[in-house]
Amino acid sequence: MLTAQFLYGGAGLALFVLGLWSFLVHEPLLRKIIALNITGAGVFHVLIAIAYRGDAAPPDPVPHALVLTGIVVAVSATALALMLGARLQDAEDEDRSR
Amino acid sequence: MSADPGAARRRDLSLLLAVLLALLGVALTIIYFMALQAGAAPRLADLAYARLPGTGVQNPVTAVLLNYRAYDTLMELAVLLAALLGIWSLGPAAPGFQRSGAVLAGMVSWIVPLLIVTGGYLLWVGGYAPGGAFQAGALLGAAGVIVRLAGDPRAGLPAEAAQRWLLVLGVLVFTLVGLGLMVFGAGFLTYPPKLAKWLILAIEMAATVAIAVALAAAYVGGRPPGPEARPTAADEDAEPQPPASSPRPPVPGR
Repeated sequence: MLTAQFLYGGAGLALFVLGLWSFLVHEPLLRKIIALNITGAGVFHVLIAIAYRGDAAPPDPVPHALVLTGIVVAVSATALALMLGARLQDAEDEDRSR
Repeated sequence: MSADPGAARRRDLSLLLAVLLALLGVALTIIYFMALQAGAAPRLADLAYARLPGTGVQNPVTAVLLNYRAYDTLMELAVLLAALLGIWSLGPAAPGFQRSGAVLAGMVSWIVPLLIVTGGYLLWVGGYAPGGAFQAGALLGAAGVIVRLAGDPRAGLPAEAAQRWLLVLGVLVFTLVGLGLMVFGAGFLTYPPKLAKWLILAIEMAATVAIAVALAAAYVGGRPPGPEARPTAADEDAEPQPPASSPRPPVPGR
C-alpha cells in the first residue's frame, strides 16, 4: 500500500506548507498560533506515515511515541502562547484607553 | 484598489512567499516519494520489538515512552509543568462561566464519570494495547474542561496548594523511581525486568494525574480562583443574580 502511505504523508507535507504560509503572511497573533498548530499537525502526519512498514509488519513504535509526546508539548505550548497573547491584548487595550 | 504602496508591497510579498512555499512543498513531496521508493532502511523498530519482552509491557509504544526513552517522557512532563507555571505567572484566571442550565448540568453529571472510568481503562490497557498515561490524562483533562464550561470556575480541581502537589506528582514520582533505581545499583530509570511492569504502572498513574491536572488548569488559564469562587450549596439556594446580557432566566445547577 505504497499509495496510501504516500497520500497520507503528502497530505502532512501539504498541511505543513499551508501552516507555514499562514504563519508568515497573517498578522494577528491568534492566526499565527493556529497556523503553527496546523504546521505541527502536518509534521505528526508525516511521522505517522513514516511509521508504516507494510501490511505484514507492525508499525514502527518510535515515531508513534514521538507523535504522542509532540502532541502534549504542542498543546501546552499553545496554551501558554494563547495566555501570553491574551495578556498582550489586555495591555494594548489599557494603553489605548489611557 | 487602494493606492497605498505599502499594501501593494505586502501583497507582492505574500504572493512571493506563496510561490516559494509551494516550491518547498513540491521539493519535500519529491524527496518523500523518493525516500518511499528507496525502500526500508534498517530502523529502530526491529530493535524495539526484539527487546520488548524485557520491558515489562507488551505495547511497544508504551515501551518506547516509558522504558527505552523514559528520559524523553520525564522531560516532557517537565515541559508541561513549565508551560503551566508560565500560565500561572501571568496572573489570576478569568472568573469563568455562569452556572449551567439543567440540561447541560445533567449531561455533565453523566459524561464526566464516564470520562473518568474511560481514563482509568485507557491507563490500564496501555500496558498491552493502544492507550496509556497521555491518552488517559487527555480524557481527564477534557473532563475538567467540561466541568469548567458548566460553571465551576476551578474546573473541578482542588484548591491551589493541592493542585501544586498534583501537578508535580508526575515529575516527582518519575524522578524518585529513577533515583531509587540508582540507589539499588541500576542506572537512572533502568528498570530491572521483574519490577519493570509495576514501576511503569506507578509512573504512569502519577503522570496521568499530573497531565490531567495540567491540561485542565491550563484551560482555566491562570492562578486558580480561591475557595470563595467555588459555587457552594448556599449559592445555589440563594437567589441567582440574572446576568445583564442574558435574556434567559437563570436556572439552578441541578
